[in-house]
Amino acid sequence: MNAIIFSAIFGVVMMFSGVFISSKQIIRNLAIGLMAVLLLVNAAELTGYGLFDINLNNMLRFTSFGLVFNCIAFAATFIYLLLSARDIEQVGVNLAEYFALIFFILCGIAIATSFNSLLLLFLAIEIISIPLYILTGSDKRNLKSNEASLKYLLMGAFSTGIMLMGIALIYGATGSFGLQNIAVASKGFEAILTGGLLLLLIAMSFKVSAAPFHFWTPDVYDGAPTVFTSFMATIVKAAIFAAFIKLFEAAYLPGAANWKWSLTFIIAATLFIGNITAVFQQSVKRMLAYSSIAQAGFMLFALFGYSDFGKEGILLYAAAYSAATIGIFAVLLKMKDYTFDGYNGLAKKEPLLAFVNTIFLLSLAGIPLTAGFFAKYYMLVAAVKSGASLWLVIFAVLCAAISVYYYFRVIQAMYFKTAAADEPASLPVTANFKVILVLLAAVLVLLGIFPHWLFAKVYF
Amino acid sequence: MIAVLLFLVPLISGVLLFATKNAQQAKTLALLAAIATLVVSLLGLTALKQPAYLEFDAAWLTGINSRFHLKLDGIGQLVCLLTAISFPLIILSAWNNEYSKPHNFYGLLLLSQAGLMGVFLSVDLLLFYFFWELALIPVYFLCSGWGGERRIAVTFKFFIYTFVGSLIMLVGIIMLYFQCNQTFDLAVILMQKVDPIVQNWMFWLFFVAFAIKMPVWPFHTWQPDAYEQSPTPVTMVLSGIMVKMGVFALIRWVAPVFPGAVYQWGDTVSLLCIIGMLYASVVAIKQDDLKRLIAYSSIAHIGLMCLAIFASNKSGMQGAVLQMFVHGINIIGLWIVANTIENNYGTRKISELGGLAHQAPVLTIMLVIIALANIALPLTNAFVGEFMMFNGMFSSKITRYNVLDTAMAGLCIILAAVYTLNMIKQVFYGAEKRAAVANTFTTPVKLALVVIIVLILVMGVYPKPFLDITNEAVDAVLNRMITEK
Repeated sequence: MNAIIFSAIFGVVMMFSGVFISSKQIIRNLAIGLMAVLLLVNAAELTGYGLFDINLNNMLRFTSFGLVFNCIAFAATFIYLLLSARDIEQVGVNLAEYFALIFFILCGIAIATSFNSLLLLFLAIEIISIPLYILTGSDKRNLKSNEASLKYLLMGAFSTGIMLMGIALIYGATGSFGLQNIAVASKGFEAILTGGLLLLLIAMSFKVSAAPFHFWTPDVYDGAPTVFTSFMATIVKAAIFAAFIKLFEAAYLPGAANWKWSLTFIIAATLFIGNITAVFQQSVKRMLAYSSIAQAGFMLFALFGYSDFGKEGILLYAAAYSAATIGIFAVLLKMKDYTFDGYNGLAKKEPLLAFVNTIFLLSLAGIPLTAGFFAKYYMLVAAVKSGASLWLVIFAVLCAAISVYYYFRVIQAMYFKTAAADEPASLPVTANFKVILVLLAAVLVLLGIFPHWLFAKVYF
Repeated sequence: MIAVLLFLVPLISGVLLFATKNAQQAKTLALLAAIATLVVSLLGLTALKQPAYLEFDAAWLTGINSRFHLKLDGIGQLVCLLTAISFPLIILSAWNNEYSKPHNFYGLLLLSQAGLMGVFLSVDLLLFYFFWELALIPVYFLCSGWGGERRIAVTFKFFIYTFVGSLIMLVGIIMLYFQCNQTFDLAVILMQKVDPIVQNWMFWLFFVAFAIKMPVWPFHTWQPDAYEQSPTPVTMVLSGIMVKMGVFALIRWVAPVFPGAVYQWGDTVSLLCIIGMLYASVVAIKQDDLKRLIAYSSIAHIGLMCLAIFASNKSGMQGAVLQMFVHGINIIGLWIVANTIENNYGTRKISELGGLAHQAPVLTIMLVIIALANIALPLTNAFVGEFMMFNGMFSSKITRYNVLDTAMAGLCIILAAVYTLNMIKQVFYGAEKRAAVANTFTTPVKLALVVIIVLILVMGVYPKPFLDITNEAVDAVLNRMITEK
């Protein structure tokens, strides 16, 4: 509860700070400071210090899983702001508003990890989506950004409609929005309920950009200002996954046999399309968009085998994937040229940037000693444990092998190719920026050796 | 103690090496570290061979029951010794080579040694997988950074190939984990009875990974290119030690764990090995490039080891284990000679070389000895190993095709003599075609070759100590296997 209330208040504070404070630096630091406070109050609730005691009529339920997830999302946002707050300034004039929107999104995330009623799920998804539409279009003079925003809005609104329809059907079948009531009802097979659940599945798949509902993703991620793509592709996506998992556990698992094949199809298609298309990209930014689809395919395994492994796995995956991708985007933002060739010879000019970027990429590829390995490992374990077909698991690892191809292309460019011109490949970076990147990389490596540190708090 | 030092010494020195300033310093430190590892390994074989010293067990991932568990058994001792001996030789033989960023080069080289040691030491399956992948990463950077002209594409192919294999093995590991009451511990896994049908699945999931690494036909296509394009010291690591990862893993993680599947699929695998051996031998005859010739000959040798393991008896298994060591030593010797020839004469095309015997008599003698060891002439070390393997194959009780297998393998030995002697004839005898452009046959290189030749001859005459090391461990593996119909 702490996180929801505080993030909403902070959003409002940030919104008005733009009116009263003219210094960009103060606004920036204020946002970073408030973010730290938000992280702290959420951690406080995790250790038992809830500041609010409100009768929620069982519409929200705060579990340690949700709170740990919030911590990951907030910590990732905090690092994201530290790394990229200056780049947010570059996007447009309304600096304070961007920060306000980010806080509102976090409010949505906090609801999404704790909903216990479909109404709240709907609310959470909308609170997350609407600020995203604005952020996508925030680069007003850029036609691509405008196009992306409009596309996102139209597609998003459409999927929201589908979701609402689904919720309505479920309500019609069960007479309740509560998750526990759906769980009781969905054991059987009833046309209205199944129809509703199917629509809900489609809408959620759309939001996490699972194939075949992924078509908006590359265009939106590519068109949006890079600094916001980073936020969208990592923290937001992971949070919607947390909601998806919660929903799946309650609503779909009792009738799992009905959903097994749809889910198998979605996972296989997502992995295949994401990975294969990423191979053909020339721009690193667009490659990352497809890679986010591919990674979503892996995260979907957590739904398949909803178990302790799946639960721990999605936490680890969210942390590993968010940290690595935020790092890669932070480096990308400093590059002059977003194509693969733009990275040529980076290791000579900026050895440290190249090195941390390599760790981030290795983590995304799932190489041991990085968090990404255990993230994938837990997902595969969850899948095998749930009795998923062996072929699907093997298909998934083959896709992971394909992903090595495009991640390593960046490493090759950085280390083994020489730049055409002598001019620096990247914009100048500050020492602070480097320190934070190194810390981020260190976290990834630490989680790659001791992943259980992350979920120690889940079972207390 | 010994177990953890074998892994820590190269790891720590490798990391430290990145901080060194100049080439001389980097080289010297790398050599000292490699010798220190060798000393540790020798201590483990002599003064400190009580089991307590050879095991290290610490808590790691308590949640999923995986431990940081290192243990040296006899087979592990021998391959660790191979790794420990090889690295000083490799560094010595590269003493004259100039590398850009030498501190990175030698640092990565030692890190790869740490990874390899980890693979040979770990008795926890997840830890094993960890090292299995980690050994690859430094090698990837070494090959791509310091290799030949086509290095980037070739190394990438190699990397993807092995990575696919590893990932498929990972699925197998997870399946095994659930089959064995959620444990990764080798000792516990060996006590389980794995369902025969699941066993077949897991056998192939593991075998593909190891087959790619060894490489067994038809998974070998990465290998000749990678050997050719890598910088020579890395080629030595790849061919001398890294391919042994596959053979070793087969003995530790497949043969005793899936005895039923090994029995069932033994003939299929043997067929693959034989096809690969014949194919590689024939292709080797047609090679004009020294490095590629050695690469193909290596495929044939590895195929033979794999064949002997699947014979499932004492003689074959002992032979294969010994041959792992022997082949590692011999092939490093061959690479050193090939590298010296290339540096001295500016080419490694067999057709462009000739009459070197007059120009470089010492080199010629050394090459002839190593080459004869490569074709397993009596009195050389390879004879012992290959004889035992042939004996094992011929007396194998689990296959109907033992005579055929042995005959085919014998044919490969004959072919090996054809391409090796042909190479010696063309390169060292006949008309002199080129004059030396440089002299890189210096003391460190000579020293490395002398050590190798001494090992070849000593092991050829008196292999007993080496067989004694592995005796018990081989028995333990065979106890788990199906050795008769």
